Amino acid sequence: MKLTLRIWRQSSPAEKGRMVEYPVEDISPDASFLEMLDVLNEKLIADGEEPVAFDHDCREGICGMCSLVINGTPHGPERNTTTCQLHMRKFEDGEVIDVEPWRAKAFPVVKDLVVDRSPLDRIIQSGGYISAPTGTAPEAHSVPVPKADADRAFEAAECIGCGACVAACPNGSAALFLGAKVTHLGLMPQGQPERWDRVVNMLETHDDAGFGGCTNTGECSVACPKGISMDVISRLNGDMLKASVGGKKKR
Amino acid sequence: MAVTGGVLVLFLVAHMVGNLKIFMGAEDFNHYAHWLRTMGEPAVPYRTLLTVLEVGLVVAVVLHMWSAVSLARRARAARPVKYEAKKKSHAHGYATHTMRYGGVIILLFIIWHLLDLTFFVVNPKGGDASPYERVVADFAPERWYITLFYVVAVLLVGLHLWHGIWSAFQSLGLRSLRNEHTLRVLALTVSVVLTLGFLAVPLAVTFGWVS
Ligand code: HEM
Ligand code: FES
Repeated sequence: MKLTLRIWRQSSPAEKGRMVEYPVEDISPDASFLEMLDVLNEKLIADGEEPVAFDHDCREGICGMCSLVINGTPHGPERNTTTCQLHMRKFEDGEVIDVEPWRAKAFPVVKDLVVDRSPLDRIIQSGGYISAPTGTAPEAHSVPVPKADADRAFEAAECIGCGACVAACPNGSAALFLGAKVTHLGLMPQGQPERWDRVVNMLETHDDAGFGGCTNTGECSVACPKGISMDVISRLNGDMLKASVGGKKKR
Repeated sequence: MAVTGGVLVLFLVAHMVGNLKIFMGAEDFNHYAHWLRTMGEPAVPYRTLLTVLEVGLVVAVVLHMWSAVSLARRARAARPVKYEAKKKSHAHGYATHTMRYGGVIILLFIIWHLLDLTFFVVNPKGGDASPYERVVADFAPERWYITLFYVVAVLLVGLHLWHGIWSAFQSLGLRSLRNEHTLRVLALTVSVVLTLGFLAVPLAVTFGWVS
């Protein structure tokens, strides 16, 4: 395949950055999007130019490290798919493809397509955990969990924290990420002790990081490579109301 | 947004039902307008309850706008560098994207509408006529552009409610996977009924069914 890439180049956080055009040739339709970028980078290195920096790790769709807004859509055109699992056969031969980093005030560009997603880690630190006694693992059946709750919690736990929801949101909100964490932990008996403090503290950290407020547009769910449904945001809002207006928050 | 929006939806339902009284004739409609002002008498003086409701409405509208403006400002601040690629939307669709500018147009409509039928400044019949005469004069065929403006505004209100009602349940934490379908149907039904109900009066006057 022959393609024209328009890639965001920015050498440092302070530099202004711009879109640069790169033609690429002989791309296998079976290559992943990241492998296609590898081919470009090999050529750039051979030509003595600076390769394009982009995030990646597992390349099997489970770590949440890859990103990229491809033709205006986070993780590209294929639904429920991370960029590393997206293949070039989803594009037309000769296509012009725009490649940009996640855009959010809370996610400053580090270099080229790499952004700093540590605000998501800070949100987790402020409440995305449970207090568990250490020692021998307890008998698994000693804590009964209704099957429906276990399933919903598991679906929410699929969130890999990639930040595509923020990149897709017209408000730059991380509500889907927050909702996934609050739902995942809040549905399980082990998550109950911190449940009301968790939602208040995580939301506070979220707002302080400069993310926007949710207006229920639904762009996040569509962009989410794990297809996490927006009802987790309803649960987030419900828990938040019970914790704040309902006075359930303790500390 | 959800709570103030809910108040406004309740107002719209009452307002639509009141408007439809015009189909029962001039006397009924004028009597209804009079009753709005004498509600609660003699326990409370003339126009007390109506004034209370009006103050409540103003508060709801102002808070609704204030929340919308703060959310829009936060959104702008949250993405200082825009995407180069053309923005693509993959979610819910049209109604969701009209919320912000649609809301502004609805506000302009409300201002006109109050000047028209509450303060009579821009009404062809003015303050000396009866409410019925004012409405009939408003939507006379030769004033088709006013009718058109009302129709466009009411359609925008319909779109606003279609997304807004569903969104309010989501914001109050009352939506789940199980009731998702019910809520969508409810939002659509309420918006369609309100839209048709509000459209009926101006169109009926313009086409001469009410005169
Ligand atoms: C298109 C059909 C509509 C007609 C024929 C209509 C008619 C009227 C009339 C006759 C009044 C004056 C009532 C009185 O003085 O007793 C009124 C008041 C009012 N209308 Fe409408 N209306 C329509 C749609 C709307 C819509 C869509 C909204 C909101 C977005 C709205 C908001 C208001 C408000 C806020 C008042 C003032 C209420 C008060 O001061 O008590 N109207 N309308
Ligand atoms: S690189 Fe791990 S999810 Fe894409």
